[in-house]
Amino acid sequence: MPSFVPYLIHTLFPPWVRRPTEIGAEIMMVAGGAFIVYWLLKYKKLQWLWNEWLTTVDHKKIGIMYLVAAIIMLARGGLDALMLRTNLAMPTLHFINASEYNEVFTTHGTIMVFFMGMPLIFALFNVVVPLQIGSRDVAFPRLNAISFWLFAFAAALFNLSFVVGGSPNAGWTAYPPLTELAFNHTVGENYYFISLLMTGIGTTITGINFLVTILRMRAPGMTFMKMPLFTWATLNTSALILFAFPPFTIALLESLLDRVAGTSFFTLSHGGMPMMYVNLFWLFGHPEVYILVLPAFGVFSEVVATFSRKKLFGYPSMVLSMTAIMVLAYGTWVHHFFTMGAGPAVNVFFGLSTMLIAIPTGVKVFNWILTMWGGRLTFTTPMLYFLAMIPTFVIGGATGVMLGAVPADYQFHNSYFVIAHFHQVLIGGTVFGLLAGVYYWWPKMFGYKLNDRQGKWAFWLFAGGFWPTFIPQYWLGLEGMTRRMYTYPFGLGWHTLNVISTIGGFIMGAGFLVLASNVLYSRRHQERDETGDAWGNGRTLEWSIPSPAPEYNFAVIPVVDERDWWWAEKERRQSGERPALPRPEDIRPIAIPKNTPVPILLGAAFFLGAFGLVFTWWYIALAGLAGVFGLLIYSWFQYDHYRILSAGEVRESEELLGRLGA
Amino acid sequence: MSSHALDGKAKASHQELPPEFQDQEESIKITGFWLFIVTDVLIFASLFATYAVLVNRVAAGPTPAQVFQLNTALIETLILLTSSFTIGIAIWAMRQNRQRMVSWWLALTVLLGMAFVSIELVEFAGDVAVGWGWHTSAFLSSFFLLVAAHGTHVTMGIIWAVALLFQLRRRGLTTVTRRKLYTFSLYWHFLDIMWVFIFTVVYLGGRLI
Repeated sequence: MPSFVPYLIHTLFPPWVRRPTEIGAEIMMVAGGAFIVYWLLKYKKLQWLWNEWLTTVDHKKIGIMYLVAAIIMLARGGLDALMLRTNLAMPTLHFINASEYNEVFTTHGTIMVFFMGMPLIFALFNVVVPLQIGSRDVAFPRLNAISFWLFAFAAALFNLSFVVGGSPNAGWTAYPPLTELAFNHTVGENYYFISLLMTGIGTTITGINFLVTILRMRAPGMTFMKMPLFTWATLNTSALILFAFPPFTIALLESLLDRVAGTSFFTLSHGGMPMMYVNLFWLFGHPEVYILVLPAFGVFSEVVATFSRKKLFGYPSMVLSMTAIMVLAYGTWVHHFFTMGAGPAVNVFFGLSTMLIAIPTGVKVFNWILTMWGGRLTFTTPMLYFLAMIPTFVIGGATGVMLGAVPADYQFHNSYFVIAHFHQVLIGGTVFGLLAGVYYWWPKMFGYKLNDRQGKWAFWLFAGGFWPTFIPQYWLGLEGMTRRMYTYPFGLGWHTLNVISTIGGFIMGAGFLVLASNVLYSRRHQERDETGDAWGNGRTLEWSIPSPAPEYNFAVIPVVDERDWWWAEKERRQSGERPALPRPEDIRPIAIPKNTPVPILLGAAFFLGAFGLVFTWWYIALAGLAGVFGLLIYSWFQYDHYRILSAGEVRESEELLGRLGA
Repeated sequence: MSSHALDGKAKASHQELPPEFQDQEESIKITGFWLFIVTDVLIFASLFATYAVLVNRVAAGPTPAQVFQLNTALIETLILLTSSFTIGIAIWAMRQNRQRMVSWWLALTVLLGMAFVSIELVEFAGDVAVGWGWHTSAFLSSFFLLVAAHGTHVTMGIIWAVALLFQLRRRGLTTVTRRKLYTFSLYWHFLDIMWVFIFTVVYLGGRLI
């Protein structure tokens, strides 16, 4: 046996990844991987996978891949959450020990924010936005694929930490000095910084991509004030990404250099300043909250109008309030650490700016409620999520205002009150919103609806489990239970509330299982939608084309003359004012971006380099870097990115879809 | 050739624009590049913020006044400003359709960039040789990261420009190579402006405190 083998085993599989949970996960990963490879080979699907999915630059397919990844990550993050709740169910219960608990709450938070929330948002952006603005793709289809693969490989790298080398353990915020090499020897935090740097690059590119797409590629006639609200949400979110991710990138890079290159940005020795990290982190972290919630606001605006069969109430004020939130989001970051002691003047400024955000948010809630007023409501699953959002989000928002009150915050800081607050807005706002969006646009992605009966079961379990899980945590916080404590003694009066909270958590977990089974069930048993307007009440452009949309999206790009163009167009077509279908001579050749292996290879090269960097094996890191540069230079010299779909081919495809007039 | 390139109306109204903006798809790419520059400005803003916070935290290491040599920094500034001028001429020549002239001025820009990076490397090597590396103090960490981030950007620009020279030789001045030249010039001017800030805040500022 060569001498480096024991070294490798010791480095890659140190004792703390040789516990039963880790070994169980390893066996599952290897078995799952082997099964997938076996399945692909048996049914000869390898070629299909490569051509149709892995090398695709089609925004609709990239959106679906984001969705799949997000659902898998939701399962992992959810399992983490259930482990945490199990450990807290009873006093002095040592289901997992203190250091494992640190790892689990770190990966729970990181995965839920960066590897579940963000990809779910991008899934909806990708599937919906080009269709909603009447475009044939995003502005930069290749970059879009690169963003996805950077995210996917970063997620793989982050999850790899569980079984190879050890998980990060300093919380999702990764404050120094908890992350400082002198106090934290495992490679876990390297995994955290590097994988977030990777996915951060991808996210920044996505932000640029969707900004340009929306600014420059809207259908003729679609002025800013005729854009659907989800597109407005995407525009604002992308702008937030553009301004929020650079400081985060620098915070991560400097922390990483502190660990692998011996610098002293945030160290306790050599004059480093840990609070600088905290400022840079929240300069990103607070806008991130709105990056997560604005798309949900966009979804609710579409869902409530569709299922009330009314136009959205107060469209201009909706746009204005969303933009106001976007701007104000940058002025509130210090409220995450009032206890830093920046002085009364600074704290009051940030307390006030925090409370100011409640005003535009309130405007939105009132507008949604007034949209329902006098409408003909149908209570589909997405609508139920919308209805559940209103009380949940309003209470979460109100406790946010409580946290913004500076003197009181010194009491609430780092207690379960904070945990209850941000789960209430993130689940009640973001997760409910994104789930509503997934149910709402599912027929557009796959051509059939998810089963509504099972959807409602999942809804009642998930939304019903939410309240017992998180409402008791407000009281736990007020009674002094601090966040991230892994166990607690008898006699503090926390027992009952914790039991209730844990039971609620498992009810939510059951909701997720019903959702997952619904996905599998609906694939086989749900009726195909032939109309393209699956809900029958679609208002915006995406419902005017077949489901799933053909690769060119629109055979003829519509001229948009109304805010709810498809609603108006349906009336005009019924009254015979407009022909129902385009004539063959209206169809012209279409340029389609070609598939390319560069994005997935680029992701793989990044992964290789990142893995080397985690273990500070510089040769491997350099090999990865060389791969990245090689691929970039290779693509600089490539010129031929498009293939032409002839008018005849488009006509044929439209005829098959029954979309061609005489 | 995006879908909108087929839209006749958009095409007609763009006739009076400079050549690199006339094609709709290339024009969209220039918009995208501007937004990339926005993110890069913010990257530098964060680095400047770190530097400003850490500049006086010298621990046992040298102070800014001990580290900086204004003479080299001034030479670097003059070289980079000149290269901004030469890339400007290259873009002017591009709009005059003079391909050979574009290549020569672009090559000169590359040479000036290389001179800049070399001087910077020599300066860094000198600091490290006397034991003033980036692990010495928080101040030096932030100084080296800020200045090296700029230097790395310039190096990337050099690789990019060399690749562009090859493409120009092979393809001449086309819609695509014009857009690539134009975005390269935006990038180069941006780096120049960042250097002006570095010279002012880091080197001149360092002499004052």
